[in-house]
Amino acid sequence: MAWKALDRLTPVAEGEAPLLSEALREKIRSFFPRYETKRAALLPALHIVQNTLGHVSYQAMEEIAEVLDIHPSDVLDTLSFYTHFWTHPKGEKVITVCRSLSCEVMGGKEVLDEIKKQLGIGLHETTPDGKYSLVTEECLAGCDHSACLLINEKLHKCVKPEDVAKLLADENNDKIDSERSDLFDPPPESAVTKTDASDGTSDANEAQEGN
Amino acid sequence: MAKFEPILLKNRGVVNSTALKVYESRGGYQALRKALKMTPETITEEVKKANLRGRGGAGFPAGVKWGFLPKDRTRTLLCVNGDESEPPTFCNRVLMENDPHQLIEGTIISAFATQAQVAYIYLRVEFHEVFHIVQKAIDEAYAAGILGKNILGSDYSLDCYIHRGAGAYVCGEETGLIESIEGKRGQPRIKPPFPAIEGLFRLPTVVNNVETLSCVPHIIERGGDWFSSIGPEHSTGPKLFSISGPVKNPGCYEAAMDITMRDLLEREDMGGGMLPGKKLKGVLPGGISMGVLTADELDMKMDFADPAKYGLLGLGTAAAVVFDESTDIRAVLRNVARFYASESCGQCTQCREGTAWMNKMATRIESGAGRNEDLDILLETARNMGMMPGLSICGLPDGATFPIETIVKKYRGELEAAIAAQSAEAAEQILQTMN
Ligand SMILES: Cc1cc2nc3c(=O)[nH]c(=O)nc-3n(C[C@H](O)[C@H](O)[C@H](O)COP(=O)(O)O)c2cc1C
Ligand code: SF4
Repeated sequence: MAWKALDRLTPVAEGEAPLLSEALREKIRSFFPRYETKRAALLPALHIVQNTLGHVSYQAMEEIAEVLDIHPSDVLDTLSFYTHFWTHPKGEKVITVCRSLSCEVMGGKEVLDEIKKQLGIGLHETTPDGKYSLVTEECLAGCDHSACLLINEKLHKCVKPEDVAKLLADENNDKIDSERSDLFDPPPESAVTKTDASDGTSDANEAQEGN
Repeated sequence: MAKFEPILLKNRGVVNSTALKVYESRGGYQALRKALKMTPETITEEVKKANLRGRGGAGFPAGVKWGFLPKDRTRTLLCVNGDESEPPTFCNRVLMENDPHQLIEGTIISAFATQAQVAYIYLRVEFHEVFHIVQKAIDEAYAAGILGKNILGSDYSLDCYIHRGAGAYVCGEETGLIESIEGKRGQPRIKPPFPAIEGLFRLPTVVNNVETLSCVPHIIERGGDWFSSIGPEHSTGPKLFSISGPVKNPGCYEAAMDITMRDLLEREDMGGGMLPGKKLKGVLPGGISMGVLTADELDMKMDFADPAKYGLLGLGTAAAVVFDESTDIRAVLRNVARFYASESCGQCTQCREGTAWMNKMATRIESGAGRNEDLDILLETARNMGMMPGLSICGLPDGATFPIETIVKKYRGELEAAIAAQSAEAAEQILQTMN
């Protein structure tokens, strides 16, 4: 459940200016015709906002609620149930290591330990440069290629501890091979909002380093 | 044994198998054309005749489920269950990765048979590449007039959307899935009413698994009688089996349900046996929720009836995970217990507390601070959880009790020996750090 996955150490920058650009709001609204209720567009909305801003802060939740015509607490209620959504910034790339039985039998734990060692972080932590965050997840349904891990969208198969260094050094380790659909991607016009938010993230990381 | 001519996986390995053109060149969407000329009732009859039992875990006959929809309904919804979060199951992924149009065709035919206006394909969020593949196939189908208004020139219209989950096992449960599409926490609903009567957005809803729906085009194309002639009487049709762990060929294989666990593990065209130097200790043959088989129980048939004879919950997802002699049974117990404790949605007391408690005991046993009475308490807790004693809203705790109960019962000797080998002093220290 989500409460285990939240990285609550990193402060969130919130301000007066709206986080969700009009283009982003319009992208969320484009999901309305698919469902009988506006609320049903909440999971798509959370995906789009997180993909754009990197996380879903409380302010973003209030703004999503406005778009969907529901109460902000309903957004929090739903968000907090799912491991995939986070309310605080994470690294640019999130590494999700499978902890299911097949992967454990095939050395998944050793891979996880190696990643922790090389990045110098533990679970639910982010590297000081803001590049990587590390989490585990239940079965990723890639058991024919255990041990598995995801780097953002990319599933890496049959990973061994000795592969970790090369994997982490690869700039393109989060790029997928198949043709992408941009359905849940940030709308093109929201670039400005995105820069603001990532400034917030790096501030947050500096603040953490200072502690 | 004769090699099984692949049906569901016939397009796997074909170059560009996910493209509409390739799918059509191999006979794709012919079944849909045929179905659109049939009546919804005759399609449902054909599926009943095929005795197509749900591949999502429960094995409920699909045609019968469709028959529960109220006759006087005006709107109907279809949900395709692609949550596939039962460890270590990946056959739905293989189907969607290699042949998304087969699923779309099955979805349209089933939607037509149930007169649904919208079909939602629920995909777990970790299926990123699968999402892009299936979305592209949907886009292609819309562009070709196969989805949308007046499908292939007929009077029938259907919209099909992917709804992505966000990381919760319980969203695979059909009413948890419905709540999740509605934008809520994925907490299962109390039944009745069943989804067929009151489901998504309180409308009559059918929920079927990806593999179940992928069978439908073949039933329409070749007939219910052909389908029911494959495999034993109670378990008909082609089925995907998967195997993972330290075996030579981990993967997804198609066969009739007349194979045994031994076939799946040892046949050269399937698992191919254990990796060199590895000796089999046990296998969880149906996804972890069904329970464990020891190395002496491999003659279990992989059908809907036989698993019960071995103390298992059922066939489940027919996804076997093997572990070898070098694996500590305590680690298996703890891994399984941890899964349910972290995935229980928390609505029902015995499930929330029971799974957490079992995880705590299993963790303690693994760390070297177990007690013999823990094994009895594990069994007692397991007996007091789940839908079977009528204590829970959904089947998750039943899935938790079967592996834990069968591991404790079938490997009790090894567990007791490990507990006996602990040093009392070290155990005391571990306990102090844990509590
Ligand atoms: C805890 C739990 C998790 C489940 N997960 C899945 C799943 O990931 N995929 C699936 O198809 N069915 C899953 N099911 C079964 C569904 O509730 C439902 O029976 C199934 O989707 C019906 O489709 P079928 O009749 O075609 O098998 C799950 C059930 C439970 C109790
Ligand atoms: S049985 Fe468990 S998972 Fe199912 S509804 Fe109850 S608490 Fe949630």
